[in-house]
Amino acid sequence: MDILRFITAGSVDDGKSTLIGRLLYDSKSILVDQLAAIEKHSKNKENGEIDLAILTDGLRAEREQGITIDVAYKYFSTTKRKFIIADAPGHIQYTRNMVTGASNSDLVVILIDARKGVIEQTKRHSLIASLLALPHVVVAINKMDLVDYSEDVFNNIVADYQRIMPQLNLRDVTFIPVSALNGDNIVEKSDNFSWYKGESLLHFLENIQLTNDINLSEARFPVQWVIRPQTEELHDYRGYAGKITSGIYQKGDKVIVQPAGISSTIKALEIAGQEVEEAFAPQSIVLHLADDIDVSRGDMIVKADAHLPNITQDLEVVLCWMDTKALEPGSKYLLQHNSKQVRCVVKEIEYKLNVNSLEKESGANSAQLNDICRVMLKTASPLVIDSHHKNRANGAVILIDETSYVTVGACIVQ
Amino acid sequence: MSKYYLNYLEQLESEAIHIMREVAAQFEKPALLFSGGKDSITLVRLAEKAFRPGKFPFPLVHIDTGHNFPEALAYRDQLAKDLGEKLIVRYVGDTIKAKKLTEAKGKFASRNALQTFTLLDTIEEFGFDACIGGARRDEEKARAKERIFSVRDEFGQWDPKRQRPELWNTYNGKIHKGENVRVFPISNWTELDVWNYIKKEKISLPSIYFSHERECVVTNENQLVAVSDFVQIDASDTLVKKKVRYRTVGDMTCTAAVESTASTIDDIIHEISISRISERGETRIDDQVSEAAMEDRKKGGYF
Repeated sequence: MDILRFITAGSVDDGKSTLIGRLLYDSKSILVDQLAAIEKHSKNKENGEIDLAILTDGLRAEREQGITIDVAYKYFSTTKRKFIIADAPGHIQYTRNMVTGASNSDLVVILIDARKGVIEQTKRHSLIASLLALPHVVVAINKMDLVDYSEDVFNNIVADYQRIMPQLNLRDVTFIPVSALNGDNIVEKSDNFSWYKGESLLHFLENIQLTNDINLSEARFPVQWVIRPQTEELHDYRGYAGKITSGIYQKGDKVIVQPAGISSTIKALEIAGQEVEEAFAPQSIVLHLADDIDVSRGDMIVKADAHLPNITQDLEVVLCWMDTKALEPGSKYLLQHNSKQVRCVVKEIEYKLNVNSLEKESGANSAQLNDICRVMLKTASPLVIDSHHKNRANGAVILIDETSYVTVGACIVQ
Repeated sequence: MSKYYLNYLEQLESEAIHIMREVAAQFEKPALLFSGGKDSITLVRLAEKAFRPGKFPFPLVHIDTGHNFPEALAYRDQLAKDLGEKLIVRYVGDTIKAKKLTEAKGKFASRNALQTFTLLDTIEEFGFDACIGGARRDEEKARAKERIFSVRDEFGQWDPKRQRPELWNTYNGKIHKGENVRVFPISNWTELDVWNYIKKEKISLPSIYFSHERECVVTNENQLVAVSDFVQIDASDTLVKKKVRYRTVGDMTCTAAVESTASTIDDIIHEISISRISERGETRIDDQVSEAAMEDRKKGGYF
């Protein structure tokens, strides 16, 4: 059994909350006391049915204002898989929230209202999925009950969506017709779609291959913490603790400590105190080097092979801006890349992406909350980094405001 | 299947170890909040995996309400001794005396809310800038929205609207003086995940998690609360002797037992996987007071 982390994307009335509620409800992940609370709230509903959308509602502050804040996480499992759903609400803050939720997801479920088809929000959600290089995309065409489960309606929406796919460079896209409200094609395949030959949504989520999503070819190990017990019997023990972000390491491998560029060899690898011959992403390990060299947090130990990272102070990134205080050329921030924190300055805003039309708009002199821009950054010291497209795990950084310490930007390295 | 594959427990473990090491590296004075419950016991095992053969880069801190199960306290002291790690205990009773706090009255009067005062005082006394806790997002809906690194202001308050976006596995632990961060390494674990991990790791637990005979008061909601010095027994009370176990370990006054014959980890895993009632719903008397009970407590500085 493994884990699938996914995010659901939809605009306000696409039935996103109902879809999540339906997945939890039909997979029997909702417990009776939680159900009792929902029923209490659903009493005002005219049809007397329980309102599954309430399941994803959270805080009183939100209910009072009728909004959803930030990202909520939901959990359920079947015999095949554990699922972690990032539920990002679909109002104005949406870009920021979806980027946050998608950054830790392997898959996105994009909801389309069958009556409305591909709309601007659909493009926006798809654009974010593409920028964050989510390995898998499911387009769930919802509310099929309201269009008489029509095959033609479904096929037309699929054709419309396929027209925007080349622009977005989306790879693995699967289309599934559903009705979240009635539970059609959510957990079980529905008889209402005699023409549909594919799987139900849950069946698809349970069986999709995930093992190929982890980059095992480019070995990257950022050092988080140095273990030095300095006791009598462990006087010479010096272990570099961290999580392998990508690739495979073996005992005896030739490695380079970057950015200093010092070569050494792996003397030993440990996982939870046990010596192992090899370790791979995303394992948390302790690594020992054959040579007594200076390595500390923020350094990266990479394999000396043909897959070397870039070592650079100039970064070209696609940035999602998350703060109300605008980003401008010349603004300075703290930049965090894995375990490394450095200062950086914005050199230039190349263009702003219109998230609805997908057009590039040049001449932008600032990035406002929820804007997505292509930006040049210069860092105070070199980063050991990859392009996000090539290596998701080593190609992303965050920006932190130097005085408020708030996380203000998500950057995808080009 | 590729040999480079981690199952769900290995993935969750690796994620939690990574978070623990980030705490060690990013903060000057972290602490691990230890309650003697299964979630914080799991945290201790994860800390061993993250930092051995070195010492833990933080002490274990227990906020003792004075209403704890003796079995949990004995377990706590033994564990700290076996680990050779530092244990700091601060008592809610002392805070009540020193600050002249008003205790809740009534039948199942709980010190749960007063814990926050002692916790905040302890944070101040030692200057802790990060407190690692065993809260999980599946427990409760306010927790479902909290970040793994959750910044609290100098009153310990959580403001759900001002949370920092948490992207990739990059944790921003920058704070101002006076603020501190609550860190939840097992945010993404469910109750069942914790039990399966305890089984895999052969972790020993306080005996009250397993079936035993106990004299209990039956509450109006039909919950079973252990007879103890901290619970007021009235003539009208129904007392019963039952085979019970605890699904969570909190105070004796506000934690209900569940009827159970489960005497091994496997029995418990089976029992939970077919249970149709949530962990907190079944065992926590204090959560049912109001629907936003947890949200309110977190805003007030609770764990």
